[in-house]
Amino acid sequence: MADNFDKMKEVIVSTLKVDADKVTPEARFKEDLDADSLDLVEFVMGLEETFDITVEDEESAGVQTVQQALDLVESKQNA
Amino acid sequence: MRSESKRVVVTGVGVVSPAGVGIDEFWSGICAEAPDTDIRRVGDFGVEQFLSEKEVSRVDRFSQFAIAAAEMCVDDAGRPDVDPDRAGVFVATGIGGIATLETQVETRLNRGPRRVSPFLVPMMMGNAATGNVSMRLGYRGPSEATVTACASSTHSIGNAARVVASGRCNVMIAGGSESSLTETAIAGFGNMTALSKLGISRPFDRDRDGFVIAEGAAVLMLEELEHARARGARIYAELVGASNTADAHHITAPEPSGRGAVSCMRFALEDAGMSPRDIKHINAHGTSTPLNDAAEAQACVEVFGEPGPPVTSIKGVTGHSLGGAGATEAVASVLTISRGEIPPTRGTKNVDPEVKLDVVLDAPRKWIPGPVISNSFGFGGHNGSLIFAPLD
Repeated sequence: MADNFDKMKEVIVSTLKVDADKVTPEARFKEDLDADSLDLVEFVMGLEETFDITVEDEESAGVQTVQQALDLVESKQNA
Repeated sequence: MRSESKRVVVTGVGVVSPAGVGIDEFWSGICAEAPDTDIRRVGDFGVEQFLSEKEVSRVDRFSQFAIAAAEMCVDDAGRPDVDPDRAGVFVATGIGGIATLETQVETRLNRGPRRVSPFLVPMMMGNAATGNVSMRLGYRGPSEATVTACASSTHSIGNAARVVASGRCNVMIAGGSESSLTETAIAGFGNMTALSKLGISRPFDRDRDGFVIAEGAAVLMLEELEHARARGARIYAELVGASNTADAHHITAPEPSGRGAVSCMRFALEDAGMSPRDIKHINAHGTSTPLNDAAEAQACVEVFGEPGPPVTSIKGVTGHSLGGAGATEAVASVLTISRGEIPPTRGTKNVDPEVKLDVVLDAPRKWIPGPVISNSFGFGGHNGSLIFAPLD
């Protein structure tokens, strides 16, 4: 779990160019991490590469927080 | 311009050029010896002063230049309070974000279409620079990008001036930006035989053999005269005339007699309500290609006589920044008016005997006060001329 969070943090820091200490499970992408819709597309691409998963647009559409993104990744890994 | 209802003056300039970043650095650069590089790149332009790390990754270099030049220009103009609905941005480009495009083509080929960046289109598109500048300044009037190759930013300035002269806007940020120094683009220009094989930019020289490719951006603040006076703005010059014509001849070669260029300069004079003898200096397109310089010289002789007013081309130093070139030379022209000096044509040692013009060589020459005409000619047969004059 912690390992997944750390890997996701790296993706967030590299794609959204935010300080690592702002990346908490509760952080909201739009409000707290200053991500617009195109930023989120790039972030999801980063997740797909890092975790070797495929995320459909409709699956990522409802993701608002870092925890929700983590849940989505882990549901894919366990599938 | 003089038949329009309002007068248009230049109240700020910003420049990001291989010759120098910032007004003083640029001016010293164009007056100094030419560099010996066959590609003229912009050095450190302090991008971090204007853009965050994330913003830098989201805008192509040509937009970064435009943003930096626009911020410097607005600073130079004293950061005027403007009615945002009566303030616009016309920042042109010849090519747009070709470096971004090339990177993403590689991404698609190597990693598939699902890895192509969602920022490809907003970074690459030719209107990205003008869109980014209007967002940044909050100017909500007209925002457009004229695309006419090497004449883009000259046309852009003329078009923007018309928006002010008609009374629609009080201020316009106008100019152009280019950064297309990719290996593919350079190969394309090289294979057209447009580039100097020796990597020497020497406009109007008998040994000239092509242009030296460059990048860069420049913008001017064009302001309605009474608006500028009301806020006590420093005024560099008045933009009194602008014109554009087409050669309707060949997609890259200029019409050999210079007919399109002749009509362009004459329409600009008509727009200014001036005669050829009023012009005291020509800031030439002068690319250092055999065909351009021959046709431009012939056109200047036809319009202004032999040898006519002193001529310079700053491309000996700056190289040719395509869609950024006209605006860079417009800045040089207004600085000539404010500083009283004509920069020399660097790189040029022996003026071609067929060029029957008074080419300024070796050192800056004192400018005889009076109007200055600046020319640009672009692939596609596009001609543009601007006339700046000291405010009377």
